Amino acid sequence: MTDQPSALSPQPSGSPQPSGAISHVSGRGLPLRGDDIDTDRVMPARFLRSVSFEGLERHVFEDDRLANPAHPFNDARFNGASILIVNGNFGCGSSREHAPQGLVRAGFRAIVGESFSEIFQGNAAMIGMPCFAASHEAIDTLQALVETTPDVVIAADVASAVITAGALRRTATLPPALRDGFLSGQWNPTLMLLDHFDEVRAVAARLPYIRGF
Amino acid sequence: MADTLFHKVWNAHAVRTLPSGQTQLFVGLHLVHEVTTPQAFDMMRQHGWKVAFPGRTFATVDHIVPTSTQRRPFLDLMAEEMTTALERNCREAGIRLWAPDSDNQGIVHVIGPELGLTQPGMTIACGDSHTSTHGALGAISFGIGTSQVRDVLTSQCLALDPLKVRRIDVTGQLHRGVYAKDVILTIIRRLGVQGGVGFAYEYGGATLDAMTIDERMTICNMSIEGGARIGYVNPDDTTFAYLRGRPFAPPGDAFDRAVAWWRQMASDKAARYDDRVAFDAAAIEPTVTWGINPGQSVAVSEPIDASPDDEALAFMGFEPGARVQGTRIDVAFIGSCTNGRLSDLEEAARIVRGHHVAKHVKALVVPGSRAVKRAAEARGLHEVFIEAGFEWRGAGCSMCLGMNPDRLEGRQISASSSNRNFKGRQGSPTGRTLLMSPAMVAAAAIAGEVVDVREMLKGVPA
Repeated sequence: MTDQPSALSPQPSGSPQPSGAISHVSGRGLPLRGDDIDTDRVMPARFLRSVSFEGLERHVFEDDRLANPAHPFNDARFNGASILIVNGNFGCGSSREHAPQGLVRAGFRAIVGESFSEIFQGNAAMIGMPCFAASHEAIDTLQALVETTPDVVIAADVASAVITAGALRRTATLPPALRDGFLSGQWNPTLMLLDHFDEVRAVAARLPYIRGF
Repeated sequence: MADTLFHKVWNAHAVRTLPSGQTQLFVGLHLVHEVTTPQAFDMMRQHGWKVAFPGRTFATVDHIVPTSTQRRPFLDLMAEEMTTALERNCREAGIRLWAPDSDNQGIVHVIGPELGLTQPGMTIACGDSHTSTHGALGAISFGIGTSQVRDVLTSQCLALDPLKVRRIDVTGQLHRGVYAKDVILTIIRRLGVQGGVGFAYEYGGATLDAMTIDERMTICNMSIEGGARIGYVNPDDTTFAYLRGRPFAPPGDAFDRAVAWWRQMASDKAARYDDRVAFDAAAIEPTVTWGINPGQSVAVSEPIDASPDDEALAFMGFEPGARVQGTRIDVAFIGSCTNGRLSDLEEAARIVRGHHVAKHVKALVVPGSRAVKRAAEARGLHEVFIEAGFEWRGAGCSMCLGMNPDRLEGRQISASSSNRNFKGRQGSPTGRTLLMSPAMVAAAAIAGEVVDVREMLKGVPA
């Protein structure tokens, strides 16, 4: 459905989606510097013209990549990376889940950054991609390390939110509810929300605008 | 105990505390559109899940609809496919849909209030970040992703953490030529595009009290641009007068009983806030953005800040310390969920009347809904715009975002009454957006460059 051609070389695609409990994420990193990177940049709006999320991995950062040949997503040294390392307010703007969907489908399994937009962080959690927040110093150090040593393996532990890479070790944070969801495998809450449906009906029945004023 | 509207509404809709510690929150009104929902319906089909409360969800089409001609089938095959998918999903689930040929179609955040679906004390969710708009009527209203749309359809609930509440007081008299858009751009400039993360913004103070619901909607709409997922204004007599008689508002005596409940849900005078900030309305000037996020703005009389973001300057083609005033524009866009309501068009028309759009400018007026379009036409506004050289379009999101045929080309510069000046936002990866009030856009369209609307208003009767 999203078979719109990409002007770019193919990204690794079709990696299986996250499932079950997520206690640990590890892999190579991709450093993407800059604050306030909005979801229009992660996934330009024309790629939302579809009735499915399939194929979105081909369009992640498409316009930024075309505008800048040196964009980290164009850098072959970071091919196959599964941990994205970003700065402040990543994922601000539009609530489009297409942005984290594209990243997950491109093989990313976690994001480590200075801070995230709430909607983005929540959308990413709903599809099994934790967003860890760490200090400016930690992120800058991690980005510099990956820029000079792209093969370094980064490991993010969900329970402790400790991020390690080679000799580097920094403590990040993850909102407790999201952390617990990843650890228990209940990061997709639909079934939990249906668990006590009688209580949902009870709330609906007592709201005056539903019951009738 | 004294409390805020945010907490009262939250508590009234809390179903239970989930094992994760999050709240299972009941969603009183769910609004859907064609872009962020087809995948949600597909996921439900895969699991065999049904829509739990089809009567609590309402749908329309806005993002992908063309605004030049809205005849079906759309020439744009993808727009047709997405619209057809929404029609099928709504039909199968028993969800009320205002399709492209309906009298009530329009931008979801324009039609919700207009139809009286949006009411004080509700929780409202929609797969669109500008859902914060509905907070103008005293609702707790926020944008969600597609997986959450699936959850609301399936359970009418979301798993959420509560937010802190920041009270933003605006007091004093706005000068002529200064609008709600300038107020919210000024708030975002000061508090930052990330300043609202973790907060719901409660707007109040004498300036807000004196504003119409349309103006309050412009302010609440852009809360998300300041990082706040939720923005709201406490319901008051202005709110109740706005709602009375609207199709989905409580009828007859029930309306008065509703008013009693709505008053009760407003923040108490003694409510405590997690943070408070204050703004002086009289100090606010017509404001324009110069950069690539909505916090990068200046008063039209000011030069760009001394220590700006180099990436933004390079993208926009501004020199440090330059002025936005005098920037030649290629496109003028009046519309969007921020500023596509009747009062926005009326104010723009006051400025346009008797003038002509500059020869090099492509100018569009896109009403936010069919109802706005009808009301504007009943007042003859379309003639004012058409005579001045504007294109008078059908309702939709149009050039706010690059999802339909209305797009910038190449490095065009647009004076836009919309909400986001992100790189590529208006459909061209290199296109440039200057956000401003609809009156400022109208003035720029006529002058062919960014001007101070206060100058132009000198010749317009107050």
